[in-house]
Parts: sequence; C-alpha cells; structure tokens
Amino acid sequence: MQNGAPDAGAPALSMSHRNFIWLCLLPLVVVTAAFFVLPMAQLVAVGADGPRGVGAYLAILTEPRYRATLINTVVLAAATTIATLVIATIAGLFLQRHRFPGRTVLIAMLTFPLAFPGVVVGFLIILLAGRQGIIGSITQALSGEKVVFAYSIFGLFLGYLYFSIPRVILTIMAAVQKLDRGLEEAARSLGASPWEVQRDVVLPALVPAFVASGAIAFATAMGAFGTAFTLATNIDVLPMLIYTEFTLAANFAISAALSIGLGVIAWAILALARSMTGGTVAAAG
Amino acid sequence: MRDRLIFAGQLGFTLLVAAFLVVPVILSISAGVTVNYFRGIQSGVTLQWVVQVWGLYKSEIGLSFLIAFATLAVTLVVGVPSAYALHVRGGQLSRVIEEIITLPLAIPGLAIALALLLTYGGFGSFRQSWLFILAGHVVFTMPFMVRSVMAVFASVDIKTLDEGAASLGASPWTRFRNVIVPNAMPGILAGSLMVITLSLGEFNLTWMLHTPLTKTLPVGLADSYASMRLEVASAYTLIFFIMIVPLLVAMQMFADKSQTR
Repeated sequence: MQNGAPDAGAPALSMSHRNFIWLCLLPLVVVTAAFFVLPMAQLVAVGADGPRGVGAYLAILTEPRYRATLINTVVLAAATTIATLVIATIAGLFLQRHRFPGRTVLIAMLTFPLAFPGVVVGFLIILLAGRQGIIGSITQALSGEKVVFAYSIFGLFLGYLYFSIPRVILTIMAAVQKLDRGLEEAARSLGASPWEVQRDVVLPALVPAFVASGAIAFATAMGAFGTAFTLATNIDVLPMLIYTEFTLAANFAISAALSIGLGVIAWAILALARSMTGGTVAAAG
Repeated sequence: MRDRLIFAGQLGFTLLVAAFLVVPVILSISAGVTVNYFRGIQSGVTLQWVVQVWGLYKSEIGLSFLIAFATLAVTLVVGVPSAYALHVRGGQLSRVIEEIITLPLAIPGLAIALALLLTYGGFGSFRQSWLFILAGHVVFTMPFMVRSVMAVFASVDIKTLDEGAASLGASPWTRFRNVIVPNAMPGILAGSLMVITLSLGEFNLTWMLHTPLTKTLPVGLADSYASMRLEVASAYTLIFFIMIVPLLVAMQMFADKSQTR
C-alpha cells in the first residue's frame, strides 16, 4: 500500500518520522484486525455456512417469522424516534429560549441518564410500570384495577424513550443555541404569528439536528439488547430473536446472518444521516 | 397573557418529561434502602440490602473495575499514538482506518459479541478468562478515545508544534512525549472518562462474552433483576448509580468547559 511515494496528506515527513508514525499506528491496526475485522469476517462466513447457505441472508425477509420480527423492530424504533424527537424538541426549545430559576437543575435532570446501560433502564421501567410499579399502585388506588405494562412492547417503547430523550435533547439544545434569532425577529416583524415562526423558521433550521439525533435514536433502538433482556419474556424484537436463536436454538448460521442484517441496517441509517448532515453520527449503548 | 399560558404549558410538559426520567431513579434509590418496599418507607430505612449486595456481588464489582481500567490502559497505549498518527499522516488510508475503527459505534454490541464468540470461542483458556471481555470492551470503546484525542489535534495545530520541536532536533519519541501528549491532555482526559463509564456499564457485549467465572457488574445487575427480591436489585442499582453518576457529572463538566472555550 505504501510504495515510497508520499501521498497528498503527508508531504514532507522525514524518514525516521515516517517510521515513527507507522509504529504509532501498528498497535491499532493489529488490535482492530484481530478483534474486530477478522471476527466480523468470520461472522459473515458463518452466516452463509448453515443449511440455507447464502440464503440465510435472505431469511430475514423471506421467512415469515423473522420478517414479522424485523417489521416489529423497525416500527418500534421508528415510533421511539418520532416520539423522542417531538418530546425533545418541545423541551429543548423551551429550555434554550427561557431563563428561569431552577433551569440548570431541570437540564441536569433531563440529561443525567445519558449513559445508563439498557439493563438499568429496563429495571427503572419495571419500577415505573411493572407488577410492583408506581403506576400499578396509583391506578389500583384510583380505580381498583392495577395497570401493568412494563413487560409488553409498550414497556420496551418507554425504555427506549428513557434511553434516547437525554441525548436527543442535548443535540437539539445545541442546535437551538446556534440558530440566528434575527431570522425569527424578521419573520415576526413581517407579521408572522408565533406558531408560523416556529413552523416556517425555527423547525426547518433544526432539520439537520433532527436527522442526526433521530438516526442515533433509531439505530440504538434497533440494536438495543439490555432493556429488552431485562423486560424479557415475550417481546419480539430482532436482538432478542438473535439472542434466542444463538443461545437456546444454537442456530449459529441464522443468528450470524440476522446480526449482520441488523448491523447493516443500523450502519446504513447512520451513514445516510451522516451524508445528509455532513456531521459525525454514532449510535451508543 | 397568551405568552404566559404558552410558557406554563411548556414548563409543565418539560417538568413531566423530567419526572419520567427522575421518578424511577428515586423509586429505585428508596427501594434499595427500604426494609420492605411493598409496605413502603414506613417499614423503616436500612442499609441491610446494600450490605447484602456487597457480600453477594463484590467480585462482579471488582472485576468490572479491573476490566474498566485495563480497557483504559489499552485504549490509552493503543489509541493515543494512533490518533496522533492518523492526524499527522492524513490521506485516504487514515480515513479508511478511522472509518473501520468507528464501525463498532454503529454495529450493535450483540453482533460484535457473536463475531468474537464464533472466532475465538474455541480457544478455551482465552474464552474462559476476563481478557475475552476486555477484547470486546477495547473494540467498543476505542473509537471514543481516538476521536476524542483527534478532536483536540484538530483544534491546536499540532503539526506546527511538532515541526517546531523537530527543527530543534528532538527525536520523534521525545516530541511525542513532551509536545504531543501534553497538548492532547484535554482530549485524553475526556476520552478516558468516556471509556471508563462505558466499560463499567457495558452489557450488550458482556452478557454474551461472560462465563460463570467472569461476571461483571452489569451482568450481576441483570442476574439480580431476574432472581433477587426488588429491594436487593434496587440496592445493587443504587451502588451502580453511586459509582457511575460522579463519572457522568465529570463528563458533563468537561463538555461544558470545552464548549465555552
């Protein structure tokens, strides 16, 4: 790859410096090759190595059970993304546009769950809406009927919401801060109503932030495993399907093919968002 | 008047969202120190559950710290020099490498874990040891360290500093140690906080990679959620919060500082 001719990025490096830079890079290349590139290649190979052959990669679309799970997962991730964007936009705009006592505390409350692992989020949803949850106690006291929904797909939806609200709010607040207030003043002075200003000036300017943070929320909700695992039992989403195929059915080829499918979808969403916004976009946790 | 109403409506909505995030945490903390959660806080306040969790899960907690600091050590030794090399070298190849090491941010941990299992599952002693989990954590956290350090290089014109030191006759290694690393410190610290926090809380990969003898803190958490009474699970969560929240606060302060700079 390196044939002696310096490439455009590195014009005037001395020989010893060049060697030093390669030395700096070497450990990363070795570690990444050994523990990421090689395993991922193996995953692709195993996926094509089952009874279905390469067809395993199509099973996610052709096999009705897998397809239903895929659709379930995509719908859930999309619902999470839309709900998070709506909630975070209302709260983010409000927090960035007003100064009032307690604002800093409120921001801290909205952003501190940023790095809670999925398992913990699952447990928090159980405390909220599980069998011993607070919503159950309140509804029982009010109407005599105990409302419990933590272990359903709606519980998972709440969990993903819990997970994505903090990071989306942070992105949207940062974007609102950069908006040009002059444009809004101008629109107002031209007779636009507050609602029209929001709709025609503010929201369009926030679209890149929506795309970037929405893609992260979507990809994270597609691949999140911990929350579904804690809420457990009968929630039919792709990560749970992969997990049961691998550990319970020992169906390595299908679980490998499904996780490649999941990885490609998550990666494609983020890459698309990145090409649309020009920024760096990454999923988490 | 109308503005007042809009303000109140938005404030109410935002408070509701905050309640959704905070109330479960408060419930969890109070359940962890309540004698009997079912009977409520009037049954008394106790630390017995916290003590019990410590007794049951201290090896999990210990292993998590071991893995977190080992992950930090590896990402520092491997990540910081490579961030420098990627920045100074530039060009197509550097971009490709950066793209590849960033992929674990997009690909779900479950897929990476399966890939590691299918590749190294047959290597018994490696598979059985905590080093197997370490490998997963390193892959997962490396991009955070590399990108955090590269972000600093992009803002301090490291090339000029480097060339200046070179013209004074300093060797590459001396320059790296005395010029590059000190200038990269803010990025190294921010990246380190991120790596420790992520490693301590990592579950998606770790659940697949762990063995009965290599359980980490979050694996123990999932275990306690499935099999322990609510008070014990809550007390364990409380211990996790006590460890992770200071890290999150430090990270937030760091982000604020670099934003105002």
